[in-house]
This record gives sequence, C-alpha cells and structure tokens, in this order.
Amino acid sequence: MVLGKYKQITLARSTDKQIQNISQDGGIATGLLAFALDEKIIDGAVVAGPSDEMWKPEPTVALTADEIMAAAGTKYTLCPNNWMIKEAVRQYGLEKVGVVTIPCQTMGLRKMQSYPFGTRFMADKIALIVGICCTENFSFESLKTFIEAKAGVNFDLVEKMDIGKGKFWVYTQDGTINFPIKETHGYEQNGCKVCLDLVSELSDISTGSIGAPDDWSAVEVRTDAGDTVFSKAVDAGLIETKPIDEGKFGLEMLTRLARQKKEKAMKEIDRRKELGLPVPYKASSEKEDPLANI
Amino acid sequence: MLARIKEFLGMETKPKEEASQQEVEKVAEEEKAKPRIGYIHLSGCTGDAMSLTENYDILAPLLTEMVDIVYGQTLADVWWGDENNPYAIDDMPEMDLALIEGSVCLQDEHSMKELQKAREKAGLVAAFGSCAATGCFTRYSRGGQQAQPNHESFVPIADVVKVDLAIPGCPPSPEIIAKSVVALINGDMDYLQPMMDLAGYTEACGCDLQLKVVNQALCIGCGTCAMACQTRALDMNSGRPELNEDRCVKCGICYIQCPRSSWPADRIEQDLGL
Ligand SMILES: Cc1cc2nc3c(=O)[nH]c(=O)nc-3n(C[C@H](O)[C@H](O)[C@H](O)COP(=O)(O)OP(=O)(O)OC[C@H]3O[C@@H](n4cnc5c(N)ncnc54)[C@H](O)[C@@H]3O)c2cc1C
Ligand code: SF4
Ligand code: SF4
Ligand code: SF4
Repeated sequence: MVLGKYKQITLARSTDKQIQNISQDGGIATGLLAFALDEKIIDGAVVAGPSDEMWKPEPTVALTADEIMAAAGTKYTLCPNNWMIKEAVRQYGLEKVGVVTIPCQTMGLRKMQSYPFGTRFMADKIALIVGICCTENFSFESLKTFIEAKAGVNFDLVEKMDIGKGKFWVYTQDGTINFPIKETHGYEQNGCKVCLDLVSELSDISTGSIGAPDDWSAVEVRTDAGDTVFSKAVDAGLIETKPIDEGKFGLEMLTRLARQKKEKAMKEIDRRKELGLPVPYKASSEKEDPLANI
Repeated sequence: MLARIKEFLGMETKPKEEASQQEVEKVAEEEKAKPRIGYIHLSGCTGDAMSLTENYDILAPLLTEMVDIVYGQTLADVWWGDENNPYAIDDMPEMDLALIEGSVCLQDEHSMKELQKAREKAGLVAAFGSCAATGCFTRYSRGGQQAQPNHESFVPIADVVKVDLAIPGCPPSPEIIAKSVVALINGDMDYLQPMMDLAGYTEACGCDLQLKVVNQALCIGCGTCAMACQTRALDMNSGRPELNEDRCVKCGICYIQCPRSSWPADRIEQDLGL
C-alpha cells in the first residue's frame, strides 16, 4: 500500500476566497486548521510561519486564524515544526495542538507518541496532525542558489514557488519562470534520499497536489480524528469535494509517484547498508513488503 | 531473553494498545501471579520514582494490585542491610524485575554490592532513568566534594552488571513508565524491544546528533530532537540541531527520540492504532 492506510481519498478545496488566494494548492492545510480552531477541536496550531527573511519559514505557534493564514503557501526549505510542539504545550499551555507536518516530521511525532521517553505529558496534547506531501526538501542556501543562479530571479521578488509537472516553478510579479526539476538534483537534502514516505502515511489527514487539478488538493482521510474534522468542515460548507480521477492524472499518478519515491529510496537504503552505513530502515531483503515505510 | 521474561511473568505475548486506565484495571482483575518488583536507588535524584508516581490515575492499582513491590527503600521501606527489617536481614528477596535508578559509584562499596546483589536476585534488570542507563549528569562528577570527597567515578549500571532493558529519560515520562510496566505485565515484548536495544546505549551525548545523524547523511531537520531535550540544550539552526554543551546532561533522549536513530514502525502503528 504505497499511499498508507486511509478511509477515504478525494479531491478537495477550501471554499473561502481569501484562503484560495493565499494557499499553495486547495488550501486544505490552512482551511482545516482554521476550522478546527474555530470549532475548538484545537486551541492552537504549529505552522511554518514567516520569519524576518523572505522564504525562510520559522516554526510558529498560531493562536488565531490570521496567524494560521499567515503561514499559507509552501516554503521549499527546512522548517523544524516538531520543535515548536514543546513550546506550544509548555510555554503556551495548549491542551489540543494542531500541526502541519511533512512526512518525516509526522514520523518523529508518532514515534514520540508511542515511545514518549522524555516528553512528559506531550503526546496526548497533539489533537490533529495535518500531513502534507513531500518529495524532497532543500536547505535555505540550496534553495537560494538555484532560484537566483538557475532561474536568475532575485529571491526577494518571488511571490510563489511550486513543484509540479516535472518542473520547478517560480512566480514573480513580472511573470513565471520554470526549470526542469532535474536541475535541482544535487541540491536536495541528503537525508531525503532514504525517505520512504511521500504522503505522510501516519498523519490524521494528509494532502498534496499530486493527482489533483490546479487549485485543488488530493486528500487522504486516515484516522478518526482526521475524519471528524474533515467531515465537519465539509458539512459546514468550508471545504468542497469531488471524486478523484482514477486515471492517469489522478490516483494513478499519485500511486506511481509514491511508488517511485519508495523504489528510489530502497535502492539508496540498500546501498548504504552494503557500505556499512547506519540507516534506521530495514534492507529490502529484511522485509515482506519492500516498499513499506519500515 | 524473551522467553525468560514471559516465563517469569507467566504470560503470553499479547500486544496491546496504549496503557489506559481500563487496560490497567483489566490486568489487575485477571488472576495471575503478580510480578515481584524491586526498586533500587543508587546515584540518582529520585526524579524517576517521582515520575512513576505521577501516574495518579493508575498508581494505586498499579502498586497494590498489579505488582508486588518486594524491595525498595523509597517505595516500600524494605532495604537490604537494614538490620531492623525482618526481610532484609536474611537477604535481598528474589525479584522478577529490578528497577534500578541512578548510576553506580565505583568507590561506593554499598552501592556496588547492592547492584551486584540485585543482578543475582532479579530475573530482569532495568536501567530506570538516564542516570542508570547512560550516566546522565553524574558523568560530570569529578569527586572532591562532601559528603564523601572520594566518591568520584559514576558509571551507567551496564558497565558493572548485565542490563536487560533501559528506560532512559531525565526523568522518563510518567507515560513511558506506565506503558513499560503494562507491557511487561502483558509480556508484550514487541513494545519493549526498543528498550532492550537501548540497554547497550551507555555513552550518550547531545553531540550524538551530529555524529550519528547529521554526519551520517540522515538528518532531515524535523526538530524532534530539540522538542524532546529536557534541558533545552538544543536549538535548531538552518534546519540542523545545534547543541549548547553547557546545558547538556548527556541523557541521550534527543538521539533516542530522533526518527532517524531507530524507526520501530510496526510497533508504533499498532500501539497508536494507525
Ligand atoms: C518541502 C516540501 C515539499 C513538498 N513536495 C510536494 C510534492 O512533491 N508533491 C505534492 O503534492 N506536495 C508537496 N508539498 C506540499 C504542497 O506544496 C502543499 O504544501 C500542500 O499541497 C498543501 O497545500 P494547501 O493549499 O492545502 O496548503 P496551504 O493552505 O497553502 O498551507 C501550507 C501549509 O504548509 C506548511 N508549510 C509550508 N512550508 C513548510 C515547510 N517547509 N515545512 C513544513 N510545513 C510547511 C504551512 O505551515 C502551511 O500551513 C511539499 C511541501 C513542502 C513543504
Ligand atoms: S523527502 Fe522525506 S525526509 Fe525529505 S523532507 Fe520530505 S518528508 Fe522529510
Ligand atoms: S530529530 Fe534527528 S533528524 Fe530530526 S532534526 Fe534532530 S537530528 Fe535531525
Ligand atoms: S542535548 Fe538534551 S536531550 Fe540530548 S543528551 Fe543533552 S540534555 Fe539530553
């Protein structure tokens, strides 16, 4: 099962015009968290908020819908959201924390919840994990290098970045530039090369653009917590859905890309293991399903 | 080892979800020989035992119905070497599990003896808390202090005796203690496997993140380490952990919680019902 366990997979988008304007894809991350806050399902959220520097996100505890909205949009660089969970619980005293996480962060949180060695009364404070898809991530300097050197765009003028259709897209006020995603190779974070998870398999609900038309998101509803918040948001009319296309540009593509990521990572895991380097995952010969995230 | 624990506790492997009150009650109701537990306090601050007692909801059934505390100065006022105690005069009793808190001081004859005796008498020895598991902040000791200036060398108990499992933390959270005890009583060895693996992790430091994760091309900047550090010795800088050595107590928790140090996926999914 290359997309992890889920109760439901669907296309969805936020119906809120303001969220549509600022969000990366269907505004599911922002829309769901803002709704959960409103409904008191969470009392705050850890998001990748803005910092002093353009495009350099900072893990932020958001207590209002405005603060959640200020974090909308994908920043293709490291943002250690898990770090702020502690702040949310200890400093802000939150009892029900929502959080947006890329797959590896989801894994860190789930491991903590199952084995909370040093995290006193934190595991039970995580009320909602909204996972987002991730193929790879970049250090800030890497991102800057290929935006400025490869795309030739001044970093500060960029309005949106996106990865899709095999290309890296850079949107500015003056127009759109793209270059093949291949050209970012060699800049991606090395730890990503052994990552087996595209879709945040262990989140409560996960979302990404792969398999969805522009301005929509593909959503996998996974746990009861994810199901509750999603169905309530749909019932309230804040999120609209339509069935995902089963074919080439829908579910098939999502499945193919998830499998590709896993196959590539398994090769690297096996290679590192042969070299005697440490990897937390099993070699393909050691597991039943060679593509499982273990 | 697995067979031994199961034999000692007289139970089948029965994987279970989170330690909940119902779970504890259920276990308490079932008629079975209660595991005999000893609690041995060496060079630690009693924080680990304090953390155990923070399981308010389940503490009473845990201590009175689910287990027999057969030995322990702090928890049961039964202590070996205490001439006034009828049990202790003969010897330290047989135990199914000895929870050992604190590192052991090589110059402290009494501690050394008590530890060795516990190993002899206990089916399982658990390093309970980071001082016992990794030495933790007692690693910084250099002696020359009152009350006994000669007490200088404090080491993880695994340096002196064979340790079966470790429950590190400074202190370990109340939840991990409750979950471990319930898993032990249920004979749920899958859940305890990471603790058994940790018995060998005795030389811990915040710099393990750099040496064993960043240097090994594994760090992904998730921030779990900095979230878990109990002394706030870690910051995240450019997506990588940055250690303030002055604050680090060498408890090992950051590295243990890192998703790239170990990834017991099956167990996590089962435990959390994912
Ligand atoms: C590094 C990275 C790589 C990605 N790669 C893919 C991919 O290959 N395929 C795909 O379908 N989707 C990918 N995504 C996810 C995608 O870009 C969107 O973020 C996702 O579809 C959510 O869109 P939305 O409109 O619902 O979110 P929005 O409503 O716009 O909200 C986005 C949320 O993402 C969070 N966020 C932004 N940047 C980061 C970050 N660096 N780290 C952690 N959280 C962050 C913000 O807190 C915000 O809450 C990637 C995301 C990141 C961060
Ligand atoms: S590819 Fe995997 S490891 Fe890399 S940032 Fe994305 S989720 Fe994390
Ligand atoms: S927990 Fe591990 S992978 Fe995550 S930031 Fe810390 S060292 Fe890196
Ligand atoms: S950095 Fe923190 S968690 Fe890591 S060993 Fe030091 S004190 Fe413990």
